Amino acid sequence: MNLEKNILGRLVPTEINGEKAVPFQGVGKYKPEGRRYAHKITSNRDYPSDGNKQVASLKEALIKSGLKDGMTISSHHHFRNGDLIMNQVFDIAKELGVKGLRWFPSASFPCHEHLIQYLEDGTISHIEGSMNGALGRYTSEGKMSKMAVLRSHGGRYQAVQDGEVEIDIAIIGAGTADPFGNANGLYGDSASGLLGFALADSEYADKVIVVTDNMVPFPCVPWQIQGNNVDFTVKVDKVGEPEKIVSGTTQITKSPDRLLLAEMTAKFCDVTGLIKEGFSFQTGAGGTSLAVSDYFSKIMKEKNIKARFARGGSNKYLVRMLEEGQIDYILDGQTFDLDGVRSMAENPRHTWTSPFTSYNYHSKGNFADLVDIVILGATEVDVNFNANVVTHSDGYLLHGIGGWQNCLFSKTVILPIPLFRDRIPVIMDEVTTICGPGELIDVIVTERGIAINPLRKDLIEAVKGSGLPIKTIQELKDEAEAICGVPDKPVLGDKIVAAIKWVDGTVIDCVREVKK
Amino acid sequence: MNIAKAGSLDTKTRSDCEVQIELKQSGGINIDLKSKVDVMFGKANRQLINDVLKHFEIENANITITDKGALPFVIAARIEAAIVQLLKTEKSYLLDVIEPNKTITKKDQFRFSRLYLPGNSPSMMLNAGVHNPNGVILDLEDAVAPDKKHEARYIVRNALRSVNFYGAERMVRINQGEKGLEDLEYIAAHNVNLILIPKCESAEEIRKIDKKIDELRKKHNFDYPIWYMPIIESAMGVEKAFEIATASKNVSSMAIGLEDFTADLGVRRTNEATESLYARTRIVNACKAARIQPIDSVFSDVSDMEGLAKNVQTSKSLGFEGMGCIHPRQIQVIMENFAPETVEIEKAQKIVRAFNEAKEKGLGVVSLGTKMIDAPVVKRAETTINLAIKLGLLEENWIKN
Repeated sequence: MNLEKNILGRLVPTEINGEKAVPFQGVGKYKPEGRRYAHKITSNRDYPSDGNKQVASLKEALIKSGLKDGMTISSHHHFRNGDLIMNQVFDIAKELGVKGLRWFPSASFPCHEHLIQYLEDGTISHIEGSMNGALGRYTSEGKMSKMAVLRSHGGRYQAVQDGEVEIDIAIIGAGTADPFGNANGLYGDSASGLLGFALADSEYADKVIVVTDNMVPFPCVPWQIQGNNVDFTVKVDKVGEPEKIVSGTTQITKSPDRLLLAEMTAKFCDVTGLIKEGFSFQTGAGGTSLAVSDYFSKIMKEKNIKARFARGGSNKYLVRMLEEGQIDYILDGQTFDLDGVRSMAENPRHTWTSPFTSYNYHSKGNFADLVDIVILGATEVDVNFNANVVTHSDGYLLHGIGGWQNCLFSKTVILPIPLFRDRIPVIMDEVTTICGPGELIDVIVTERGIAINPLRKDLIEAVKGSGLPIKTIQELKDEAEAICGVPDKPVLGDKIVAAIKWVDGTVIDCVREVKK
Repeated sequence: MNIAKAGSLDTKTRSDCEVQIELKQSGGINIDLKSKVDVMFGKANRQLINDVLKHFEIENANITITDKGALPFVIAARIEAAIVQLLKTEKSYLLDVIEPNKTITKKDQFRFSRLYLPGNSPSMMLNAGVHNPNGVILDLEDAVAPDKKHEARYIVRNALRSVNFYGAERMVRINQGEKGLEDLEYIAAHNVNLILIPKCESAEEIRKIDKKIDELRKKHNFDYPIWYMPIIESAMGVEKAFEIATASKNVSSMAIGLEDFTADLGVRRTNEATESLYARTRIVNACKAARIQPIDSVFSDVSDMEGLAKNVQTSKSLGFEGMGCIHPRQIQVIMENFAPETVEIEKAQKIVRAFNEAKEKGLGVVSLGTKMIDAPVVKRAETTINLAIKLGLLEENWIKN
């Protein structure tokens, strides 16, 4: 295999599963030319004139879509760990004796552990999407026959738009749909809020199948997915397990350490003037992130400050801020709890977005750039602020990228992370896998001190006299090692098990096989 | 018996480990180490295990360790706690004392907040200091199950040497009576700053501790101060409060424990706390008479921050100068509410300014407006100012600005 050092000094493959791959060249450097990919031209005369595209079963839809060896099957992850569809799709593929499929989900979840048997028997050749839990472990141990590819949400859109990935069949599970194919995630037992992650799939795939357990007569409004892009519709008993799709109610962490991190983060944003009239933010839905939103809310109340918009994943805390008038709009990419779903359905100021509007590289600008403060996580950060979100320090690939890379383009990127987790330092000389270049990461908040990227002279100046414990990232690293010891690096094999794409489609790093 | 265990894990335990040792006649050392951080620290851990065994001159043993990311001080403590069950030894396996843990404390330093940490739960100790309490209490008494008391001593001893508490005073609550005196053997020589003495009912108990610590000072050759904070938890203790407070020059403060006290009275503990008003004011008075700090009982509802704030305000108004915390989130509320209010600080500033001016002018009498100011008033104002500076509420050179 040919390898080349990219601009960050990481040795990456120049070919992935037989296709040419471009090494990362720097932020905003790679601009492919040509025209966007498009699926084959269709004619509406080929579709039922009564608008009824419903077929009897998922199996029939797959057969009619021409499922065959080597195809690319895509899906979205709005049903999260409650997805009941994709396992069935590959059960059917197995039954039909189809081989060598590429699965192209916007993310996988632990519920998809079921698919390991199909990676074993060759029904699925490989996965291009996030690899969580058991699938990640399987991939890390070099058992997948082809190389996995991990992309950000925006990178997935980019790959579809510029033809890097051609989708043969898109499977779109929906909370509600009509027989024509209009669909949304707002209503039904399996309401997921929105279906933005399936938008590219619906527009670019050759065949599009909408699956729902709540089929309503035409028209299903609003049509987050337009029926005009849909080939077949299927009604099943159950598309998802509601309690695993959205949580009944998200909860702020009770951990005193995490609350401290959140409080320090909010205080940092306050004293540096980042929280100001008309600002915007995105915090995510982890326990710490929710607490950050809540601290923001308190500061904004005290100072009578309003935010123009917040980006979701929405949750009850964000919804409360919207309803109390602390933020004008929620621009939502995915809803995390029932309050989020309810708010999205009834509040016109709670609007849905997609990776196209928010994150896409080939769009004419995107929303992520416009956000003032974004709060993200990381498994590791190096002394140059390069960060990792996909692998652990033992070399295992256990997480997807999600929107993480895309959010790095926001004006100020803050990572509140513990200095060490169960003796494993989070800050080190070199991260296991680089997912985001340090030039885009501004602040690391740990319980033992805050490090500001030297590139952000404005923040270094603004924080002076605040009493916050500002340290250099090297000092934080040394402090972690003084407590934990200096960790040994994992012994990795030569085999590359996964490529990590940057938002523009270039290869920023790769993951190597873990030797047991 | 030639098999012993120490440490215990459940699914939620982190930063801890479980050790089993079987001493053998032959066969050398066999280590079976299962660790979630094996890739990063397996080598270091094996070296540590061998080191400890060598220190205790163990040459043949099977040692099984299940590790969930325990730091070296924890692993060493667990192994030692298992070993000492199997052989009689005068030795201890001690890691170096980290520089920040060589600090000493003053008798009258602020003790607004002190955070209780169960002595056998190392994971809770690691980040305790970053929450900025005035003190941390490594608890060997009620927060440790009876059958774990022995192994907790090693964890507490090692924590006193190895865990950075970021400037918090290092306190240990020992057990009652004889067991407590024994506890001292494990901690006194390891840079402890203050000992909490539970359920204290007599001056005699304090004198026994004095005597024991003096013996240990000679044996281990250390001379840093160790302060005492007796906890009054019974009707008898309340009656003897002043005697206890003055039993030794090392008594720096005295606390009241209301759970046990109300039980002793046979009444229910209420939020209004009228049932303990007499005891609390009596303690405050005894402490003030003995020139030591009176410290209030913990507030047990960790989710009720408003209730806690009110409780602290009452406490402060009665004369208490601190309170225990059972959750890190209580620390800030306690600190803020014991801290002097803005009007108090401003008034104190005026008094100190007036005093300084009078001194400069060589006046014998200090007055503010039409009021004469007595020396104790100036002293109280100075205390308030010092407190405000220490808490960051006032700049150190405020007088020049």
